[in-house]
Amino acid sequence: MSFISVFDVMGPNMIGPSSSHTAGAARIAFLAQKMITPPLKKVEFILYGSFARTYKGHGTDRALLGGIMGFSTDDMRIRNSFDIAREQGIDFSFTPNEAETDVHPNTVDIHMVNEQGQEMTVRGESLGGGKVRIVEINHVKVDFTGEYSAIIVIHQDTPGVVAYITRCLSERNINIAFMRLFRESKGTTAYTIVESDGHLPEDIVESIHRNTNIHDVMVVQM
Amino acid sequence: MDFKNAKELLALCQKKKLPISEVMRQREILLGETTAEIVDQRMDRVLEIMKDAAFSPIKDPVISMGGLIGGEARKLCEFHNLGKSLCGNVLGKGITYAMATLETNASMGLIVASPTAGSAGIVPGMMLALQEVYGFSDKKIRQALFNTGAIGYLAMRNATVAGAVGGCQAEVGIASAMAASAAVELLGGTPLQCTYAASTVLMNMLGLVCDPVGGLVEYPCQNRNAAGVSNALIAAEMSLAGITQFIPLDEMIDAMYTVGKKLPAELRETALGGCAATPSACEKCHLCS
Repeated sequence: MSFISVFDVMGPNMIGPSSSHTAGAARIAFLAQKMITPPLKKVEFILYGSFARTYKGHGTDRALLGGIMGFSTDDMRIRNSFDIAREQGIDFSFTPNEAETDVHPNTVDIHMVNEQGQEMTVRGESLGGGKVRIVEINHVKVDFTGEYSAIIVIHQDTPGVVAYITRCLSERNINIAFMRLFRESKGTTAYTIVESDGHLPEDIVESIHRNTNIHDVMVVQM
Repeated sequence: MDFKNAKELLALCQKKKLPISEVMRQREILLGETTAEIVDQRMDRVLEIMKDAAFSPIKDPVISMGGLIGGEARKLCEFHNLGKSLCGNVLGKGITYAMATLETNASMGLIVASPTAGSAGIVPGMMLALQEVYGFSDKKIRQALFNTGAIGYLAMRNATVAGAVGGCQAEVGIASAMAASAAVELLGGTPLQCTYAASTVLMNMLGLVCDPVGGLVEYPCQNRNAAGVSNALIAAEMSLAGITQFIPLDEMIDAMYTVGKKLPAELRETALGGCAATPSACEKCHLCS
């Protein structure tokens, strides 16, 4: 069982009103924006379940938008995130989807487009108490929580890539807490997610990226 | 320095001759692989946020995001200042700060989920009222917050603090148990007496359902935070007076969890039962239409 800290009980410090609908929403969007090169140009949020039903009264929309601009769950700017996003020239929209019910009750899809035209879609679930899970990246099922520092590698599904990634990590003395591989189908695009207890050196991205089978590398620091 | 249940916690307190708060604090330093300084700083920040969230709506009342609450803390404070309080000093202040904190929460202010956002008013309500009435230093209150953390940890580890899983008894109930235990420690009670108080609260709030109007953390949540402080206060007083409980805290946490799981889904934060399903609540909220 993972360690429950006194600050998991007496916390998180957060902008209200709901740890799942506000803090969790901000957290999902915060993790999502870590996966695309800034600055963002456009972001579209599709809300499911309870998120779709109660997002206005819970400030879920403001929290998501705040998170996408990199605000943490206790950042007072969340309240004014609509105005701040407009000032930053981010085109944003919220679309409730109540038709699809076969999802976790607090689910959001975040579709992002950056200035370079790169697109990225991330699905997150808010699990309660501010805890969240990223369950899809670009429609490929994944699973990580952002509680650990993570490296997300998008690569060709071909022999040797995982060995290459782990060698890069071992050369930098990075201890792996969890490591999982997800793929669209055999031989296509695969996602390797490595979670580590410690802080990850920023230049790890560069060293992993050198392999030609690797399309993209992202680091989400704890 | 780790413990899985209240029984082990009490054994540790006895062996080390330490109060619950200090066992929890040392556990955090050890297992969190950090220092006393960092842990104390983080808890200072918790207390600072609690004070802002509890005091601000008394000066500047705000209407909530969902429009169901706002201004209650100011009314209570004015009533209290007129010398009309039926509850007296500690409880009068306690319910004011508890309701104020929920007002801050519901208007997108900064709060500490303790243990959740919907129950965030109870621990600060109790702690800040006791601080004002008894003159406890910030350091003393900070230490007491580790006691509340210990009780909340036991519930998180062995049951739940989520209204969607266990009903309001798991949120407001556990928050009140946390506040009761810390109040007993602050006023000189033993670790065992702290757990008696927590146990009493869970007995008295067993079965409380989670039925937020419109699915929002506003109403009746705010009222229940005030009720939580009163439940915590009577439990603490009983325990300090020497009343013992023959059902230990571990068994009450189990009982709360078992009852919670038996609650129908309509009464676990879905806004489909209880207060949320009354005609007047339905008139206020247009979720179903």
